Amino acid sequence: MAYTNKSNWELIKNGMFSENTIFRMAISLCPSIAVTNSLKNGFFMGVSVIFVQTMVNLTVSLIRNFINPKIRIPIFMMIIAGYVSHIDMSMAAFARPVYKQIGLYIQLIVAFASIFARAEVFAVKNKIIPSIADGLGMGIGFFLAMMIISFFRELLGRGALWGIPIVSGNPLLIMILPAGGFFAVGLLMGFFNWVDAKIAERKAAQETTEKQAA
Amino acid sequence: MTFLIDKLTGENIMDFDKLFQLVIAASLINNFVFTRFLGLCIFFGVSKKMETAVGMSITFTAVMVVSAALSWVVFKYIMLPLDITFLKIIVFIGIIAAFVQSADTIMKKVSPSLYYKLGIYLALITTNCIILAVPLINSGENYTFLESMAFGVGSGLGFALALIIMASIREKLELADIPAPFKGMPISFIIAGLIALAFTGFSGLITL
Repeated sequence: MAYTNKSNWELIKNGMFSENTIFRMAISLCPSIAVTNSLKNGFFMGVSVIFVQTMVNLTVSLIRNFINPKIRIPIFMMIIAGYVSHIDMSMAAFARPVYKQIGLYIQLIVAFASIFARAEVFAVKNKIIPSIADGLGMGIGFFLAMMIISFFRELLGRGALWGIPIVSGNPLLIMILPAGGFFAVGLLMGFFNWVDAKIAERKAAQETTEKQAA
Repeated sequence: MTFLIDKLTGENIMDFDKLFQLVIAASLINNFVFTRFLGLCIFFGVSKKMETAVGMSITFTAVMVVSAALSWVVFKYIMLPLDITFLKIIVFIGIIAAFVQSADTIMKKVSPSLYYKLGIYLALITTNCIILAVPLINSGENYTFLESMAFGVGSGLGFALALIIMASIREKLELADIPAPFKGMPISFIIAGLIALAFTGFSGLITL
């Protein structure tokens, strides 16, 4: 079994930036558009995913030596479904107004490719602490993406944040329409690609100057 | 057959208008991809080529209708009487996974050529949100048996429509001159946004 040799902090950072679920891997996209029309919805969705991702990684890592590889897929699905039911019911009880809007998408965390993929790729091969770190990192990465998207969409589409009006005047209604979600994610993704390219360019330039200096 | 379904569901099969409306509503007005934003991973993942898009649509619609029917029966005759509806997420995903796995095995045995064409899509389907969303919505809205079948068909057709439109655009897109950071995924999102804008035109077509 190949244990990872990265430190926990590196694992968390990996999930947050270099393997960010939405902007880098482009998986688990459904909620990134569906629930990001207000900051509050995005926040609750993000928190639920952090919880599910971490707990699934923890559980899978705990029982990794007892899982028969042939039936691992149904086992993972059951573990994920268990935690999702948990968060679904807690949310229905304690955060009723938000749940009415995003309840369906909370239930559909079960079908998240990213959660399944981390269990399959990481947690089943690694010890408990790194698995928790990895799950936490992935969850936080997703959370950040949700916050960024919903920040822009609510600010531009409603002129408000967390339901509190900030900008007066006519908001860009399109941003909270379905189409706006696609635009927001597409533009942000393009922007991050651009930033990435710039950073890589600068690094390359720095390396060449260092080489010349040496 | 008609009598059997009547008996099974205790409803009038001739209520065709309602079913037709459901199909139209599920496929155009509440299109899963463009207004409910489900199944986006697969939508963006397999829409690069027309051929894969068509294969995926066929497999998808078939699995969706059958799993809608299966989970309706389980929900109505097992889960409601036992009062275990809070387990519906676990049960539905179990039903779908089991059905997909058995379809995979049966298809491999009965029709290898079909399996060769569509088998790879089957594996992808288990972890797809639309397939799970259909039974969840069906049970939430208390649809009858035929209504949930109609909803499944409509959703499948809607997804197929979205996938085929997207695939035909993306095939042309290969030749377009796009700014470097937007190549690939980002431009697909923006195109999907434009199509979604067009699909908002369907809202208010019929009222259920």
